[in-house]
Amino acid sequence: MKPKKLLIASIPLIIFALLVLVFNSSLKKDPRELETKLIGQAVPDFKLASVTDLERVLTNEDLPKEVFLLNIWATWCVSCYAEHPYLIKFAKEYPIKWIGVNYKDESKNALAYLAKGGNPYLYSIADVQGTLGIDLGVYGAPETFIVDANGIIRERHVGVIDDRVWHNKILPIVEKLQSEQGAN
Amino acid sequence: MIPELGHFFLILALVNAIILGTLPFYGAQMQHQGLMRLASKAAIGQFVLLLASYICLTLSFIQSDFSVAYVANHSNSLLPLRYKITAVWGSHEGSLLLWILILAAWMAAVAIFSKTLTQVVRARVLATLGLITVGFVSFALFTSNPFERVLPFIPIDGADLNPLLQDFGMIVHPPMLYMGFVGFSVVFAFAIAGLLQGDLDQKWAKWARPWTTVAWIFLTIGIALGSWWAYYELGWGGWWFWDPVENASFMPWLAGTALLHSLAATEKREAYKSWTVLLAILTFSLSLLGTFLVRSGVLTSVHAFATNPERGYFILTFLGFAVGGALTLYAWQFDKIKSKTNYTLISKEIAIVINNILLFCSLLVVLLGTLYPLIAEFLWQEKVSIGPPFFNPYFSFFFAFILFLIPFGQNMNWKQDNLKSVIKPYSVLFVVSLGLATLLIWLIVGAIEPLALLGLMLGIWLFIACFYYLFAQSRKSKSWLAGLSKISLSYWGMIVAHIGVAVSVIGIVITSYYSIEKDIRIKPKESVQVENLSIYFADFKNFNHENYLSSQAVFEISKDGSYFTTLKPEKRRYQVSKQLMTEAAIKPGFFSDLYISMAEPLAEGAWAIRLYYKPFVRWIWLGSILMALGGLLAVSDKRYRQKKLAKFKTAKDEAVI
Repeated sequence: MKPKKLLIASIPLIIFALLVLVFNSSLKKDPRELETKLIGQAVPDFKLASVTDLERVLTNEDLPKEVFLLNIWATWCVSCYAEHPYLIKFAKEYPIKWIGVNYKDESKNALAYLAKGGNPYLYSIADVQGTLGIDLGVYGAPETFIVDANGIIRERHVGVIDDRVWHNKILPIVEKLQSEQGAN
Repeated sequence: MIPELGHFFLILALVNAIILGTLPFYGAQMQHQGLMRLASKAAIGQFVLLLASYICLTLSFIQSDFSVAYVANHSNSLLPLRYKITAVWGSHEGSLLLWILILAAWMAAVAIFSKTLTQVVRARVLATLGLITVGFVSFALFTSNPFERVLPFIPIDGADLNPLLQDFGMIVHPPMLYMGFVGFSVVFAFAIAGLLQGDLDQKWAKWARPWTTVAWIFLTIGIALGSWWAYYELGWGGWWFWDPVENASFMPWLAGTALLHSLAATEKREAYKSWTVLLAILTFSLSLLGTFLVRSGVLTSVHAFATNPERGYFILTFLGFAVGGALTLYAWQFDKIKSKTNYTLISKEIAIVINNILLFCSLLVVLLGTLYPLIAEFLWQEKVSIGPPFFNPYFSFFFAFILFLIPFGQNMNWKQDNLKSVIKPYSVLFVVSLGLATLLIWLIVGAIEPLALLGLMLGIWLFIACFYYLFAQSRKSKSWLAGLSKISLSYWGMIVAHIGVAVSVIGIVITSYYSIEKDIRIKPKESVQVENLSIYFADFKNFNHENYLSSQAVFEISKDGSYFTTLKPEKRRYQVSKQLMTEAAIKPGFFSDLYISMAEPLAEGAWAIRLYYKPFVRWIWLGSILMALGGLLAVSDKRYRQKKLAKFKTAKDEAVI
């Protein structure tokens, strides 16, 4: 075959090879990973009731002064049911506090959920109107923010935290932050 | 025990596929009769093994064996039996098994219905399909095993099937779609066999064509079912969203449609062989690409399965081997493919080239729009999303030309035609269709939108041109009946399918431009007036069903003062998954649908409801049915029947070997 003809005949192959290159790189990225302007920022101000104690008003002052995890959950969220047993397990096995944000939910449903599935949270913020969720740029539940001792959001995870996400993504960051905190 | 048995059958299927994918190739190369004959037997064995494996998975669902992870995640003891059976393909692992089973079914069909193929070709076709099966069965076994157990902590009950999938449309949509996707593997395999042989003769196209048409019929129906399902089940009245996964099914359809046309030229005139082969490879590659996009999670979509990067890498590797291999073979053999070029500028051959260019451009629009987010991220690390504002204008642009040109194309002769005689009868038709379109729009609503008018005109133009074609044929003989009966079934197929395109286009244009959507707040025992409809909220009831609670509203609707219909939309709460579902209530009609869905409860027992008036929406799916029917007529053409082919074979066949 003449080189020119061979080149023409190979065009489909070349285009395909380029596409494979693109696909290969996009597999490395998780499309559900959302860019968030909030990383490096403080947790937005809020003044909301506690799910378990509606009389109690929670504000930023009530957030732990150590590394903690802020988990967005709701009883209408199917994936939260899948995530919940993991949270119970991680809360029990690892020395880190979980704060819940009960997003756009009814408090009696939320209470029943915690009563039935167990409560991994130090407390849950009742974000009935979804204002805190909006400030946090919540995309869907469940979502989890890693917050450091200074109340600065350091990482965000969209979707369920299972064993794999925990060990590959969340725990390494938490442990790193905790050791930084210890050093200070 | 049963899951292990299923797993075992799947492993046997892999072994069988490896044999099928290698030995017959070797046999064909070495002229070894026994090894070539092995292909048919192994293909049928493949089907039996996979069917057995599939039945095992279904049994695990029926018995609610929650020790199987896949069953536990996608079924529930409360789930009605019919949904237990269909839940098998409710998610990634099981639907993959169904995919493979259907592939094996196609393969067995080729083995049974290809007695007229030469042994070499049959061995190569089946072996190619065998190699594809190796890829998919290993994909299932190594990354997505549906039989995996969760031991020792067996869940007490399952997590339930996604309520969206507990529905008739969803039961039939995936199998139909897979029949189409996978069906294109047959023409792909024919292309590979043809390329291996070196020369692609007319017979090649004659064999490949009906298989392609059948796959195309299934894909057409599958896509239409998906669209219909989205319309009534998702509760927002839309029927097409340019969602990446919808696009993933639409791209093989566009390529397959182009392929059907170019195969006609290759079969009848030995033209464009090289392009036809490339399209055959492309069509199946796009099916594989769709599988990759859906199952790897590189794109976000409402359809996306639970994702896992290992799966993505596996399919990508497989895609690389299958498509890369085919394209390398194509480049290698490019020189040997000789087409005839004895046609003039005004001929059906040229019409088909134009058809293919335009279909290919529409395909590129969809492909580019679907992949652009990936490409943009690759090149500029930017996240972009592409939606209807991109797809609608560009796709419609190319499709408008297609619609305008079909009447001329279908009326042209092969080899050479006279431009005057092709164009002449249509100038009157064109004016008539413009008039009809204006009239129709004027009847539906007062306002005339230029683009709607253009779209509608093109639809009507194609519609009447098809009937004009029949009329012209009927006048060629003494009686009109004799004239019509002279039209061959494949021409009838073409005309019916083109009428289907026209009907769909008319439906799409009118629904898109003239639908009315209203949000209303309404309390029980209250009436609301919308245009000429009066809606009375008669009742609100709660029901307990097998696996969900239903809150149903009853709306009595009167039109222009007299009773019209009663609609009962629902909100369902599925007990296990706690998912809320909106079930729209639809009053379907040939010319318009009335569609009510409940949005959310407001204070004092009031509800926000959404009301849609959807003119001509049924035409979209009616057109798809006509297209599929056209395909069916075309494959029923007598020239594809065995006897004729057999004669053909004895005359010409032995020379090939």
